[in-house]
Amino acid sequence: MAVTHPLDRYLRVDRIPTMWCPGCGLGIALGAMLRAIDRRIEEGVLKRENVGFVGGIGCTARMTLYPQFDSAHVIHGRAIPFALAVKIVKPEMKMIVVGGDGDIAAIGGNHLLHALKRNADLLVIMVNNMIYGMTGGQLAPTTPRGLYTTTTPYGNPEKELNVIKLAAALGANYVARSSITHPQLLERTIYKALAKRGLAFVEVLSTCPEIFGRHIGFRNPVDLYMELRKRIVVKTNPSIEESDYDWSRGFVIGEFVDKDEPGFLDTYREYVLKAVGGAER
Amino acid sequence: MRYEYLTGNIAIAEASITSGLRFYAGYPITPTSDIFEYLARELPKYGGHVIQFEDEIASINAVIGASWACSKAMTATSGPGFSLMLEALSLAVITETPLVVAYVMRTGPSTGVPTRSGQYDVLQSTYGFHGGLVIPVLAPSTPQEAYDLTIKAFNVSEKLRTPVVLLSDAVIAHTYGKVAMREKGEVEVVERSKPSVPPSEYRPYDPVDGLVPPMACFGDGYGVLVESLTHDERGYYSPRTDSQRKLMWRLYRKIAESAGQIFEYSSLYLDSCDVALVSYGSTALSAQVATKVLRERGVRACSVKFKTLFPVYEEGLAKLLEGVEKVFVVENNTGLYYRELRGVLKDREVVSVPLIDLDVPPPQEVVEVVSKWL
Repeated sequence: MAVTHPLDRYLRVDRIPTMWCPGCGLGIALGAMLRAIDRRIEEGVLKRENVGFVGGIGCTARMTLYPQFDSAHVIHGRAIPFALAVKIVKPEMKMIVVGGDGDIAAIGGNHLLHALKRNADLLVIMVNNMIYGMTGGQLAPTTPRGLYTTTTPYGNPEKELNVIKLAAALGANYVARSSITHPQLLERTIYKALAKRGLAFVEVLSTCPEIFGRHIGFRNPVDLYMELRKRIVVKTNPSIEESDYDWSRGFVIGEFVDKDEPGFLDTYREYVLKAVGGAER
Repeated sequence: MRYEYLTGNIAIAEASITSGLRFYAGYPITPTSDIFEYLARELPKYGGHVIQFEDEIASINAVIGASWACSKAMTATSGPGFSLMLEALSLAVITETPLVVAYVMRTGPSTGVPTRSGQYDVLQSTYGFHGGLVIPVLAPSTPQEAYDLTIKAFNVSEKLRTPVVLLSDAVIAHTYGKVAMREKGEVEVVERSKPSVPPSEYRPYDPVDGLVPPMACFGDGYGVLVESLTHDERGYYSPRTDSQRKLMWRLYRKIAESAGQIFEYSSLYLDSCDVALVSYGSTALSAQVATKVLRERGVRACSVKFKTLFPVYEEGLAKLLEGVEKVFVVENNTGLYYRELRGVLKDREVVSVPLIDLDVPPPQEVVEVVSKWL
């Protein structure tokens, strides 16, 4: 019998290898996610048939193609409303939204904003490679200021969007930043996020050697990995003010918010009870 | 069956509940908001969900998600909102997601006259989204038809796994009329077909022995794949000409070949007709009155009201109007549906009667224009 990977049981193995470039950080992110999900399933916290993956468009969103769960690869930026609707209709589902920084924070920004405000019962994982990778290297809202992109060839003139601050300001129950350079921490973060009610937002800093790396002179995946790694500052219980997102000063990773306020479904359930009747038609 | 005195909008809301609606997502827009408000009050009593989303884009994407969680799902909007929904409708087409959009037209373009009527969006309702396919469009002209066609819209969407547009307008929306309402069991309510094979053998886009694949949902244990990319029967991305051809022609055929089953019309004096006044929606009311006036003047006129606009039932239309010499297409726009019909009715004279009016174009104006071209 062929040797199989322990996570193969969660994968559509006939779709492997993935479409990701060699050296891409997404494989590490997916591995950490599957290990965290596996632990929650083994513990009985999650049921495999109740895990749903939804992604929009981009390299990260293609993560929905590979795991053997109910999955939706929808349109650019719109994974959150799709996932929230599934959750409302089938509250037993654990809906995981995966997307890149462009998918989640640019075109999908309005949906993220309102999901955060609702404390919607979703796990939103934003893998941030600081660039539009799939389309060939255009400006992202997370691109560090001054860096070259194909649509800002003279250096990004805009300030970076720190999505952690946005998520914390709007009331999500769990807000954390992690990095593919620290896979064990990443797995632990996602493991924890999987058991939260309300909205859990996890930003995962990642490497895109093919596009971002090439732009900044680190085309070799290991070089880019080391460049990101040396900029990561691990902090225990950092404050929001400490959530530095800065290519030159570094990126602080850790749990910025961890609370247990009622999620959207909790308040929605109370609301629905006020509707009288219950007749069948 | 019971009778109620309802507006077109409330008839749509009531019929959607009868059809088994369980999820409504929406964003306020004139002249549709009372559908939303009515359902917000009533639908939770039947175990359904009504959620106001941040915009029409979120609303339609939520409707798609809810449908994939096995709920009958709907949204309602008007021109500006429908324009925002188009990208997601294309997603619903390629993923074969049953859903209903109640599209209550108002005066356009852009903000236009939000509280008044028009039929400017008749082509957009089916041709608006990218990808070159057609979705069924049903067009009521009275509250009763709004009620009946809403039920039909849900049934067609479930049967063919397609988005369906219920195309109303601002006049019908807020005109009261007597509506015969059906109770459960008095009207056919179609449910989508579910897979009959175990999850290991299930292929989400395999139509098995027809054109419409059985549909498993999130949480059913089937590991469904909702795929916006061109896909094979498994739902796997397949950037190949043969896959694209196979998918496109199946998606095309499942709608086109249902044209005869979907097609619905009503007529006046068609059995003694030389001159047909073809119309739809609120303008059809005016065309019917104009027909009677013309007959009083000795013209062998008839009126044909289309209750369904797309897919165009070409053979059926040609046959229906076989003995008619001249066809006038009366509509409240620049002559849009006329463009569809002139291609279908090539062997006789088809005349456009485009009458732009913030309400129903008056019958007298229809009579005047038709008389000039007789």
